[in-house]
Amino acid sequence: MTQPDIHARGHRGPLTWMRSGEPMIWLNAAAVSLSVVAVLGLLLLLAVRGFGHFWPRDVMAVSTAYAGAEQRLLGEVVDWAQVPAQQLREAGFELTGPGPLYGRSLIKQGNREYFDSDFIWVLDEHMGPRAYPPSVAVVERLEWGNLYGELQSVRVDDRILADTGASDRLWPAFQGLIADTRQVRDEIRHIERDEIGGINHRMERLRLQQRSLELDGELDAAAQADLATARAQLDAEYDVLHVQLQALYQSIQGASYTVRLADGQLVELPVAKVVRAYQPNAMNRWQKCALYLEKLWEFLSDEPREANTEGGVYPAIFGTVIMVILMSIIVAPFGVLAAVYLREYAHQGFVTRIIRVAVNNLAGVPSIVYGVFGLGFFVYFVGGELDELFFAAALPSPTFGTPGLMWASLTLALLTLPVVIVATEEGLDRIPVSIREGSLALGATRAETLWRVVLPMASPAMMTGLILAVARAAGEVAPLMLVGVVKLAPSLPVDGNYPFLHFDQKFMHLGFHIYDVGFQSPNVEAARPLVYATALLLVVLIALLNLTAVTLRNHLRERYKSLEN
Amino acid sequence: MAEHVIDIQALRRSAVKSGQEVLPTSLAMRNLSLFYNNDTQALYDINLDIPRQRVTAFIGPSGCGKSSLLRCINRMNDLIDGCRVTGELLLEGENIYDPRVDAASLRRRVGMVFQKPNPFPKTVYENVAYGLRIQGLNKKRVLDEVVEKSLRAAALWDEVKDRLHENALGMSGGQQQRLVIARTIAVEPDVLLLDEPASALDPISTLKIEELIYELKSRYTIVIVTHNMQQAARVSDMTAFMYMGKLVEFDQTDSLFTNPAKKQTEDYITGRYG
Repeated sequence: MTQPDIHARGHRGPLTWMRSGEPMIWLNAAAVSLSVVAVLGLLLLLAVRGFGHFWPRDVMAVSTAYAGAEQRLLGEVVDWAQVPAQQLREAGFELTGPGPLYGRSLIKQGNREYFDSDFIWVLDEHMGPRAYPPSVAVVERLEWGNLYGELQSVRVDDRILADTGASDRLWPAFQGLIADTRQVRDEIRHIERDEIGGINHRMERLRLQQRSLELDGELDAAAQADLATARAQLDAEYDVLHVQLQALYQSIQGASYTVRLADGQLVELPVAKVVRAYQPNAMNRWQKCALYLEKLWEFLSDEPREANTEGGVYPAIFGTVIMVILMSIIVAPFGVLAAVYLREYAHQGFVTRIIRVAVNNLAGVPSIVYGVFGLGFFVYFVGGELDELFFAAALPSPTFGTPGLMWASLTLALLTLPVVIVATEEGLDRIPVSIREGSLALGATRAETLWRVVLPMASPAMMTGLILAVARAAGEVAPLMLVGVVKLAPSLPVDGNYPFLHFDQKFMHLGFHIYDVGFQSPNVEAARPLVYATALLLVVLIALLNLTAVTLRNHLRERYKSLEN
Repeated sequence: MAEHVIDIQALRRSAVKSGQEVLPTSLAMRNLSLFYNNDTQALYDINLDIPRQRVTAFIGPSGCGKSSLLRCINRMNDLIDGCRVTGELLLEGENIYDPRVDAASLRRRVGMVFQKPNPFPKTVYENVAYGLRIQGLNKKRVLDEVVEKSLRAAALWDEVKDRLHENALGMSGGQQQRLVIARTIAVEPDVLLLDEPASALDPISTLKIEELIYELKSRYTIVIVTHNMQQAARVSDMTAFMYMGKLVEFDQTDSLFTNPAKKQTEDYITGRYG
């Protein structure tokens, strides 16, 4: 019998290396690095593509010459690509350069109402020398997108406030006018949305009141008179607001500005439609940073404009968050109750095993199926019944019998229920029998043991379930399209009108917003950066929601850390 | 089977004859049998009188049913599916297996300390106050008083009085076990069941627990299950030797260890098997 030579370190064949387990370590490390790189790459791509969009780029002035035609362009270079000569020739271009690849730039020239399109591709070899004149202005507008041009004059009614003759006064005068009109616009919006919206809401309630009285056969003369007075009062209030509104509109109508466009034409436009104006070529880095933050904030806090291709995504953020919160409120107690019954009370046998398998399988059902179920069951059946029972006055227009926030939350709660049940069950399972017996031995009933010892100790596991549920629900889009998400909701589901939280309303959602902006938008080029930005925002939002839950869970774990020993 | 049944009356008669005092009975078992899964029998017709305010030890080899018997006394076996008890177990004359007896109320009278310390993941204070809170007692003044009294009785007060509001899981194993004892006596039970209370502890902690048992027996009827025969000899007044689910011999500890009546007992205590 030969003794194994323990000093045989010198002998190291590939087999020894294999047997040492080192290849496995390398493989594991490679898998981890790949995951990390993938995640970081994704975030980086989204961040660069999305949030680069808000940076105020310099505006280039260039003249292009092609096929004898000369054209002056003014705009931002937003993209650059290399194209093979073959492709260009097939498209009908006559090329003079050496090839085989030709650079071309995507220029955002704006001024959608005057030019054919606001984005154009131009071959680099067709472009003349590029210039960045400091006087070029970018005007962001409520309609028709950005305007690029040179500001000529600013006017209120027939009075010219400033023109090129006094160029140092021209820009401040324009900015002052913009600030003034912006203020008035905010006021108008407040009146229209909050005050007149409130009146409309109360009007609608009066109508419903009248209708339900009518249905009950109690609409007598006295009730009618009451309703009429209430209505007259609202009408009077409305009239006052209407006059106010008229005056406000009047006050900003007169202001206008004149701009010379790239092709030389002079246009006069109302200041009332301007969001902001700036001269990027004349700005230094810090000014650009400030503007960048301002635009970023607008993206986060404002409503979308122009078919979602401009403005912000605040309603979508709000809708996503409120839906996830509602979903959590529904799914957490429901899932925990189910898990407690399954684990603590149900006889562990064939039936519980079947139920467990069913619950696990439920987690694998495609989400669109939940959407269909939600539409068929919640919206049409439950919602329809609710309408018949409680909102008969509003029929035939449905209240809950139509997709809305409530049904979307319920559908997602159903979708995430298995996750919560499984996680909670595992948590309950991990609690040592000795702890339960300790409680029972002190005269606690099973229910008391459950409430005072078992559930608190299982709470970190429940939080884990909820974290997984939130992560899944916040990113879900397909079922939501059927049960309540829309591309543009007229108002937020939470407002100042009774009952403040409108479960029946449709709402916006970041996930659907991405889809809508990316695939349903009439202006693909303008929308593309917003797709990235919104996607990053969704990821960040889910991460934030998760982080909150994780913090909460760690706090709970700290308190009940006995499970670790 | 009959040879394993102890004739209690005969034992008493002999005790009276030999001039020993007759101890008042706290727990009396009458033909107590225990079945798991409805057919596997774990205990066979146990007849046993456990005296009040004395320490009674159950000894025997592993799997002899001593823990099962202990868990019959506070109906802990109820929690196991398919577990069935026949016969009677009288606590102060009342059959605890009567369907009218509420198991939770019974367990308030019959406290239990387990093999491994099992404090709740709560503060020291809340651990001791737990049983009282269960009973709906929430007055801080009363709780403070009971917590201090119980911790003193468990000889733990001086060690933990400055960290009553720290997590109990930060204490040593011996402290945890004494905390569990304090938690148990806080609800003032009549009977204390100790299921190998020192088997997971170091020798010094074991000694402290044994001293504590000695202290506590003036107020509680104590039943202790132990693997350690020296421990049984040190702390108990009465000892029951069990084998294969049957009660082989039950006597004063001194006489059982010095002069066992049965061959099986002698073999076990002299270390010939088990």
